[in-house]
Amino acid sequence: IYFNLLSEMDNIIKKIHTSLLSKEGEVTSPHLLVVCGDHGMSETGSHGGSSEGEVRTPLLFVSSAFDRAGGLLKPPELVQQTDLAVTLAIGLGLPISRNSVGQLLLPVVQQKTVREQLRYLHLNGFQLSRLLQENMATYEKDPGFQQFKMAEKSHGSWIKLYLEGNTSEVLRNLGKKVLRQYLEAIRVLSNSLSKQVAQYDTYSMIVGTIIVLEVLVLLLLSTAKALSSRAELEVPLSPLCSLLFYLTCLMLCAVHVVVCTSTESSCYFCSISWLTAIGVIMLISGLLCIILSALEKVFVNPKQMAKVIVTGIWSEFDVLILAGTVGHVSSLGASSFIEEEHQTWYFLVSTLCLALCQETCRHYFLAKDCDLQLPSSAKANPEEAKGAHHHRDDAGYLQDAPKTGKAANSESARGSEKWMALATPWAVLVCCRLLRSLNQTGVQWAHKPDFGHWLTSSEHKAELSLVASVSLVMIFILVQRRCSLVSKIAMALGLLGVYSYRAAIGNVEFPWQRDSKDISKGIIEARFVYVFVLGIVFTGTKDLLKSQVLSTDAKTKFIGLWEIYSGLVLLAALLLRPHNLPVLVFCLLIQAMMTKYVWKPLEFDAAQVTIMHYWFGQAFFFFQGNSNSIASVDVSAGFVGLDNYVEIPAIFLTGFATYSGPLLWAIHLLCYLSSDVSRNPSAMGHGCFCYALLRSIPVAVYIVLVTGLRYHLFIWSVFSPKLLYEGVHVFITAAVCTFFTAMDHNHLRKVQD
Amino acid sequence: MNLHAQVQVEIEDRTKGTMKETEIKRLLSANVICIFSIIVATVIPSLFLENFSILGTHLTWLCICSASVGTVNIVLYFILKPNPSNRRTSLAHKVARFLRCCVYFFMSCILFHGIIVLYGAPLIESVLETFLFAVLLSTFTTLHCLCLLGPNIHMWLRVFSKNGAMSIWDSSLQITAMCSVVGAWLGAFPIPLDWDRPWQVWPISCSLGATFGYVAGLLIAPLWIYWNRKQLTYKSR
Ligand SMILES: [Zn+2]
Ligand SMILES: [Zn+2]
Repeated sequence: IYFNLLSEMDNIIKKIHTSLLSKEGEVTSPHLLVVCGDHGMSETGSHGGSSEGEVRTPLLFVSSAFDRAGGLLKPPELVQQTDLAVTLAIGLGLPISRNSVGQLLLPVVQQKTVREQLRYLHLNGFQLSRLLQENMATYEKDPGFQQFKMAEKSHGSWIKLYLEGNTSEVLRNLGKKVLRQYLEAIRVLSNSLSKQVAQYDTYSMIVGTIIVLEVLVLLLLSTAKALSSRAELEVPLSPLCSLLFYLTCLMLCAVHVVVCTSTESSCYFCSISWLTAIGVIMLISGLLCIILSALEKVFVNPKQMAKVIVTGIWSEFDVLILAGTVGHVSSLGASSFIEEEHQTWYFLVSTLCLALCQETCRHYFLAKDCDLQLPSSAKANPEEAKGAHHHRDDAGYLQDAPKTGKAANSESARGSEKWMALATPWAVLVCCRLLRSLNQTGVQWAHKPDFGHWLTSSEHKAELSLVASVSLVMIFILVQRRCSLVSKIAMALGLLGVYSYRAAIGNVEFPWQRDSKDISKGIIEARFVYVFVLGIVFTGTKDLLKSQVLSTDAKTKFIGLWEIYSGLVLLAALLLRPHNLPVLVFCLLIQAMMTKYVWKPLEFDAAQVTIMHYWFGQAFFFFQGNSNSIASVDVSAGFVGLDNYVEIPAIFLTGFATYSGPLLWAIHLLCYLSSDVSRNPSAMGHGCFCYALLRSIPVAVYIVLVTGLRYHLFIWSVFSPKLLYEGVHVFITAAVCTFFTAMDHNHLRKVQD
Repeated sequence: MNLHAQVQVEIEDRTKGTMKETEIKRLLSANVICIFSIIVATVIPSLFLENFSILGTHLTWLCICSASVGTVNIVLYFILKPNPSNRRTSLAHKVARFLRCCVYFFMSCILFHGIIVLYGAPLIESVLETFLFAVLLSTFTTLHCLCLLGPNIHMWLRVFSKNGAMSIWDSSLQITAMCSVVGAWLGAFPIPLDWDRPWQVWPISCSLGATFGYVAGLLIAPLWIYWNRKQLTYKSR
């Protein structure tokens, strides 16, 4: 197929060239046609790597200005990509851009006179030497700079000769010599400049990576302990450590001094104050000591560790969760998997739903069979007894035999619940399928028409209004069930405010207001909503504090958390663009259905529920139209209710709008776990630990990957934006985890009292 | 337990063991025939049809492959009769049974189609591709079930629950069905890569994944059963 494509492209270029040639007479200057590829491809089809075949591409200059009688076909030369900009700037008669490090491709201007060629080279060299002056303190010692000065001098003498009217052999030889001098000077200058530009701050990168990896290892080492029933994350310290700590500190300080005094290039970690640097060094060595003592603990009594691993039964569900996490992390190494990360999450969430479906089937069908057959097995029907035996195994495996036994008498009442439970995973699957056709993100399929674009186009304003209003009503219905009366009213008014805000800025219309009035910024309406958001969050916080101080039952605490959650939902409803309101509705719907029919009846443990919340949160991040490129960030969210740009609120609002999916799922997790605390007192701790671990594994692996791939072709277009997204996400996760621990600590203290 | 009983148990075990080994041989031969049918379905048509290839004319290949695997499965079922029913059944009963099998097969095709669409396959465009892929998956899983267990949902539920297998054939069925589905699942991974290869077109990678998974399952099943023949204790029916 490529061969056909190539000949087709050849024909197209021929067409362009001939039509340009026919127009040549009308304008004075000749045309230049530049043909180049964006990247090559390796034999296996991968591109974007840094192998020779992928990095090298053909570059072709086609122009009538070139000497056609060149005769012999010279082998193609290897030139740098940066040279193209300089050459084009000179060819167009424009100034060379200030930070360019390229060198002029002399063959392109070969047809010009020697004087002009020298002039071009002088321009190029002058620009490079200026750039060198800006970037290097000791620029005068640079060999390229000195060569350039020499060439300038000989250029001056050449000009003098030329102006004197000298046309002898001397002039031509001198011209050639100056040309060579210039080329050499430019080559050296360009080399030393690009060396400086392409230098990474390796030392700071290493320090950062070490800290991240140490934290990850520490988390991984303490997994078994943290997920045990006591849910403690204690810091083990063996007596050997203090000596080790001082030794490492000293060594790292020495390394720091040596590194910072030896390199002349700028280094972030060297430029920070000494006190901070020592603090970081102490952190590194402290973490190292903790890891070592944890390792020692593991190896001294490995039985305990092994017991945890063996006794924890690995159901298919756990295997799926583990495989999904590992698969996602390993997919981060390929640029196209990062571009299409939403596909990974949609795929994982769909698989999760199918696994849940299987789990519910097993729970309801096999457990029920067990109930019915257990009494009959006593009556010595051999075949049935065997069947019951199998099912008892299953039931025991699910650890819900006592529960089903208890519930046997209320079988009829549970009938509808059972069918709802069986239908829930399918309903969630359908919801996810609908949502993914709402916003088409990523790169490869981004051009496909999606429902969101259809809604936002101006001729479908009525439909958008309908969708937005129905969504707001649905949000109210789904959120209000657990709120107090005051919050209910506030929520309703707030949602009305959201609609009127959208109407004011012209996104949606009121059915009774057909005439298009002037579009305002909707500041009053938005601030009206903010008041209610703050009010609801404030009542929630008040409830929380009350439950904490007066140590009343967990019920108050749950209501407080739920009110904070509903306040955030209201804020999200305000900030998300109106066509994204269904995302919020489906988020609430899925949470409600899963909580009622799947998580609670099937008694998933806190870790599993946390992982499901995390996966759904990631999927919703992409459902709301985000992607891993910067272009999809909705900056307009930062201006809601503000007259002009104010930095801190704008950053906060944009961040909230972008990460509203993961954030809402995380807060819902908190609500769920706090309602679950009566069954499992350490649920909060487990959830928090799992959440932190789930976030830190991909981040740590990704940091290492990006460091390894820093010369990748797509480092700036794909990997760096993803790094930014991951970084911000880590900050948000850290905030959520702090909230978690605050809730949990107070609870533990209360238990102790 | 006295000595006499112990000896008897041992003898019983040994006879059971030899029986099991002949069963495993039959299973292996049946599976090899299945694999052979897939290879034939890939190779033979290129002799008769012009420019036939798996990638180029994928839909034709899907049809031929499902048809050949299906017929081979049915023929093998009639020859080997792995789960012989001891009751004599009337012709009418047989016809009803056959019709029910057809309905079940069709339903499973629809179900697979639905699941594939829920996984993100386009709803309207390339419906035919998706449906044929669903048919292929049904051939690998449901048809196998229908041949072995008959149209009996409760039996299916039993076989696919833990420790539910009652014979070598059941275990083999579990393994092949799992492997085909997992193969199809894994086959979806290369689709987002932007390599622009012909095998990345929907549903080629998935159907190839399913086929490879099925073949792998057919090979793994006898080996796995042979390996674990000591641990596997099936209740006689
Ligand atoms: Zn490209
Ligand atoms: Zn590409």
